[in-house]
Amino acid sequence: MELVMAILIGVLFTAAVYLILSRSLLKIIIGTGLLSHGAHLLILTMGGLGGLAPPVISEGVTDFADPLPQALILTAIVISFGVTAFMLVMAYRAYAVHKTDDMNQLKGNDEHD
Amino acid sequence: MINLPLLPIILPFLFAILLLFFKENVRIQRALSLVGVIISLIASFFLLVTVKSEGVLAVTLGSWPAPFGISMVSDMFSALLVTTTLLITLFVVVYSFTAIGEEREKFFYYPAILFMVTGVNGAFTTGDIFNMFVFFEVLLIASYLLIVLGGEKKQLRESIKYILVNVVSSALFVITVAYLYSVVGTLNMADISVKIAEIGQPGIITVIAVLMLIVFGVKGAIFPLYFWLPGSYSAPPVPVLALFGALLTKVGVYAIMRTYTLFFVHNVGVTHEILMVVSILTVIVGCIGALAYFDLKQIIIYNIVIAVGVILFGAAQMNEAGISGAIFYLVHDMLIKGALFLLIGIIIYVTGTSNLRKMGGLMKTHAPLGWFYLIAAFGLAGIPPLSGFIGKMLITQGAFQTGNVLGSIIILASSLIVLLSVIRIFIYAFWGEPVELPKTKRKPYARMMLPTIVLVVLSVLYGVGTEWLIPYVTDATDVLLQPSIYIDAVLKE
Amino acid sequence: MKTNDVILQTTTKVVFFIIFLFSIHIFFAGHYTPGGGFVGGLLTTGAIVLLLLAFDLKTVQKALPFNFTIMTAIGLLLALGTAAGAIFFNVPFFTHAFDYFTLPLFGETSLHTAIIFDAGVFLVVVGSAITIIQSIGGDS
Repeated sequence: MELVMAILIGVLFTAAVYLILSRSLLKIIIGTGLLSHGAHLLILTMGGLGGLAPPVISEGVTDFADPLPQALILTAIVISFGVTAFMLVMAYRAYAVHKTDDMNQLKGNDEHD
Repeated sequence: MINLPLLPIILPFLFAILLLFFKENVRIQRALSLVGVIISLIASFFLLVTVKSEGVLAVTLGSWPAPFGISMVSDMFSALLVTTTLLITLFVVVYSFTAIGEEREKFFYYPAILFMVTGVNGAFTTGDIFNMFVFFEVLLIASYLLIVLGGEKKQLRESIKYILVNVVSSALFVITVAYLYSVVGTLNMADISVKIAEIGQPGIITVIAVLMLIVFGVKGAIFPLYFWLPGSYSAPPVPVLALFGALLTKVGVYAIMRTYTLFFVHNVGVTHEILMVVSILTVIVGCIGALAYFDLKQIIIYNIVIAVGVILFGAAQMNEAGISGAIFYLVHDMLIKGALFLLIGIIIYVTGTSNLRKMGGLMKTHAPLGWFYLIAAFGLAGIPPLSGFIGKMLITQGAFQTGNVLGSIIILASSLIVLLSVIRIFIYAFWGEPVELPKTKRKPYARMMLPTIVLVVLSVLYGVGTEWLIPYVTDATDVLLQPSIYIDAVLKE
Repeated sequence: MKTNDVILQTTTKVVFFIIFLFSIHIFFAGHYTPGGGFVGGLLTTGAIVLLLLAFDLKTVQKALPFNFTIMTAIGLLLALGTAAGAIFFNVPFFTHAFDYFTLPLFGETSLHTAIIFDAGVFLVVVGSAITIIQSIGGDS
């Protein structure tokens, strides 16, 4: 199971890097989304895939999953949700002002002296 | 008062929320943010005194026992940084009253500053590695808002890159924490330190150490990860730039210093050697950048990069002189960068341009500005008895003790280049033939000078009064060099 | 642009309330089972977004005359207040309190300060998400 997860995470990261390196702003944002999904799955895998046991400790229970990775993932998902939403707004505004979403035309190194 | 370490985090947060209710009323915005920062500052001074008398303070959120709940830990190092952060924020807020313009003030400018301070202070105080990630995100999201506030063409363009770089580095942070968690099975920083000591830092931990260096290096702008900094920092208006320059990179530096003194201390030959080489390279590229530009903002921005290199070089020595020098220099750099950015903000306001070639002769019309700029410039370069001197002296002393002669010489030589780069601004802007100035009102100029002068004077006092600060810095150094103090305070039960 | 979306609008009028009630159920279910303020808030946001899709921004603003920024602020204040209440009792920040009460109709119920915190989260999620959507949708 860990192997499957590792391959899945690798595929997500590959796709994310490919998209982030593209020129279209929207693709870049989708790429960051994939990147954070990959990272979240990585936390899940790194915490150990505990099988079907619930993350509960009470008397007499010996088999339980580690609840911490799930809490971490929830936090990370909330954060990446907020950041992605903010980025979309920004990208939209930038598109409205610059009339382009091509990163090549958003370089802006020519202004320096 | 068991929650004392949390007050400098909660109070700015509370006032930021209150400010959201009065979006349109600029007066209330100003008054409330000023009151909020002052109250937080008082709380942080109180915290500083308490940490001095009682040692490391730790509180675990939600009353969960220590390795399981989220610990917040105030040692002398973080208390010093928290206090400095609030001090800088106070002056920037007062400066913003005249410098930022009403349009931005009405669009959540002050709440964003206070949210950012919440994040910065939280990152300085937290004792939990994942919680540090959360506070990083808090300060980053607030900084996204600050960098794009106003919506100018350049700001929109640069802030996209800023956000993108930080999103990628945040993802890397999550990945690193996941690796660390899979190896040690805990997130509490004190507990991680104990666990790593037990397993004796195998190779995987060294890999994690390097990953951490990359993650925090992106935030702290070390070589070769500083590439985003000059472009992004030139976009926002000067008060925001002052806050970013004084605080944001320092959070990355703090995180590197904390992890490299608390976690990764068992294979110093590899990890700290990398840190040292990278820091020297950072200083060198910073020097090249500082000399290459004729733009006021860019010159000072590259000076941030140099300072980051110098501080990390001190931290990489892992001996008493090096670490305490790094702490001295860190606090000094926050103060003096704040002061310098506020000063060049006034220069830009007076001349209407940030291009050095288009200025000249300001000394005849704006003499006090010139003199205070000169003091700040000398302070930055570290001319005794000003504030940069003691830190740099201790850092090089530490480096000589560990036998890094070449590194120390580069650090010392960099001081000369720093001096050259800032004096170049002085020569071009204040000497020479006066150029015709655009009409600016006298009153805003005076109002902007006031907080700037106080900040410069404070930095001078920091240099002159080094003697009184030594006990505080010694306490901070002790905690960094002996992780057991930190660990015992957190895991006391 | 004139489109004929009678079916969407009519269904939305019914479905909106179903989603909204379900979000409240999810919110309270979060006490012991999966759910809670964040998910509940997202569901409510989803319901409002459905309204926005079926009708236009102005109609929705007329139907839901809230200032969503203020809603976010109130939510943050609730959450912070619950957590900071611990300061006045000199116990660590975020320490929550609960007790069992016998209420009419419900029987023995456990009342928890965490529910106020979660209500804050609910408001923050709805407020901030709708603010973002409004700021994009406001132009077109």
